[in-house]
Amino acid sequence: MNKCFLNPLTTCLAAALMLATAQADPSDLVVSKLLPVPGNTKPILVSLSGFSGEGLDVLKFDLYVQGFGFTTPEAAQYQISGSDAGNVTGTLTDRVSGKPLFARSYSGTGLRRQAHYFANDIVLAVMQTPGIGLTKIAFKRELAPGHGEIYVSDFDGHDPAALTHDDTIVAAPCWVPGRMAMYYTSYYPGNPDIFYHSLSTGQRSIVARYSGLNTAPAASPDGTRLAMVLSRSGSPNIWVANADGSDPKKLTSNTEDSSPCWSPKGQWICFATKVRERRVLAKVPAGGGEMQVIPTSGHPSPSEPDWSPDGKWIAFTQQTLSGFDLCVVPADGGNAVVLVPGEDPSWSPNSRTLVFTRRTRGYNYALSVLDVMTKQVKDIQRTSGNDSQPAWAR
Amino acid sequence: MKTMKLIYPLAMALAVTLAGAGCKHQPTKMTNLPASPAAPVGEIQPTPTFPGGNPLPPPEPTPNFTAISQPIVPGGLTTSTNWDPANMVEDRLALAIDTVHFAFDSAVVKDAEQAHVKAVADALTSDPNVKLMIEGNCDERGTEEYNRSLGERRALALREALAKLNIDPQRVRTISYGKDKPADPGHTEEAFSKNRRGDFVLYHPKPGA
Repeated sequence: MNKCFLNPLTTCLAAALMLATAQADPSDLVVSKLLPVPGNTKPILVSLSGFSGEGLDVLKFDLYVQGFGFTTPEAAQYQISGSDAGNVTGTLTDRVSGKPLFARSYSGTGLRRQAHYFANDIVLAVMQTPGIGLTKIAFKRELAPGHGEIYVSDFDGHDPAALTHDDTIVAAPCWVPGRMAMYYTSYYPGNPDIFYHSLSTGQRSIVARYSGLNTAPAASPDGTRLAMVLSRSGSPNIWVANADGSDPKKLTSNTEDSSPCWSPKGQWICFATKVRERRVLAKVPAGGGEMQVIPTSGHPSPSEPDWSPDGKWIAFTQQTLSGFDLCVVPADGGNAVVLVPGEDPSWSPNSRTLVFTRRTRGYNYALSVLDVMTKQVKDIQRTSGNDSQPAWAR
Repeated sequence: MKTMKLIYPLAMALAVTLAGAGCKHQPTKMTNLPASPAAPVGEIQPTPTFPGGNPLPPPEPTPNFTAISQPIVPGGLTTSTNWDPANMVEDRLALAIDTVHFAFDSAVVKDAEQAHVKAVADALTSDPNVKLMIEGNCDERGTEEYNRSLGERRALALREALAKLNIDPQRVRTISYGKDKPADPGHTEEAFSKNRRGDFVLYHPKPGA
């Protein structure tokens, strides 16, 4: 029960279930019912005092998109106090026990980073998971139709930098897990080809340039293999190759596959496809084998799956007559939960938050982050142009 | 010269048909109609001629022709090609009126669009030196990578339709722009229907090449 109380991912509903089943035959216990319910969890209430300006903005943003809500010191479960005058100093206090959980001061690296560090320390103390404050994302920035570049920025959109200078259509950036390297699609060679780009050396090379479509690169969790969409055999299909593109093998024989992603241990590749003209999610063993449909409980036209790093969920985009929504479904399929309007979700390294594309009222594309458990959403920093296809470094 | 180019294949087709008919039916007619007055079926040695009576030059083999032995099914042709657009001259106007449009979320070439496919096939048949790029495009009602695959499937479906009209697939490249290159930037049903399309772009050899 102690863990249940501390872990904000676990809902009150789950606690009630545990009590209700305590008297029953223990074999009736279904562990999966104790999983947190996405979109249905109450935020953890905290109070913030003593901060102002940029430090306060960073703290509020980081905490809000990781499941915290803000209230008065009297109503808060945790009180956060300190200062961001010059450097960030801060104390986290559990209001119930009145006991300070930690008190720290930060120096160097600039105020924003200090505040991100402090937010990470709060997330770790309260949730026992690493925070996302210092993580990076990559995305496609279209400055004018047909003129885009791959960009890299902090997860909140600050400090953006262009990775490419191709001045053409670019697409589908994907990080190599744990490395300063990325794959993406660029039409720079006159054809949509897949590039590998080292961020540490600045060197890049083409890893797939077959006639037709080469796109949607996805690095395996250990970085040794590359899943992608190639049309070289006559239809856009899922292929897997070595990290440098050598030894490509075709995994599927459908007429129209898209958006491969890996299971966290690298056994499966999940993707969107069509079965008898209906769009479905499916998975195929990464070494080849039978394709299996992943049921999404009637949520129409799924695409753009992304498997959470903890292995539990697959986030995807559903398309209805009114537009696009982000959904999550247990990784084995089942009851999908609709979260918020949006497209192309990418999981944070701690499997808590999604970065995604949102269509604005002006028919532009902007990036937002969503705390999956509470459905709390914030737009990230944006500039002119269209930002889409975000990929979270993990 | 253009007229000649068009008539040549027609005349050849007629000649081949006549020759085939002659060989095939010769024994049958000889056996069944022994008493019929000299129908010189077996004696015809057709010499292909232009309508004016001048003999045709001997036929040239079509360059790089790939025999299609199996029925063409969706996804049945590899994207293998034998040319590079960078070494040729792009001509976006020649086939601009033959853009083919698709139904929502569909890569099926509609019967109503077959006339455009035929016109493109004729352009490729009449000039064996030209190559073709098919650009597959989508409307904005689809996610980005989904649309990139759908656009490719549309372009490949048109390539398969051309192969059924005996166009060597090696002369035809495909490129998908997904929804990144709308013909109409609007957000209405009218704009969407214009954007779900396959554009045909001819490529000519560089002068002197």
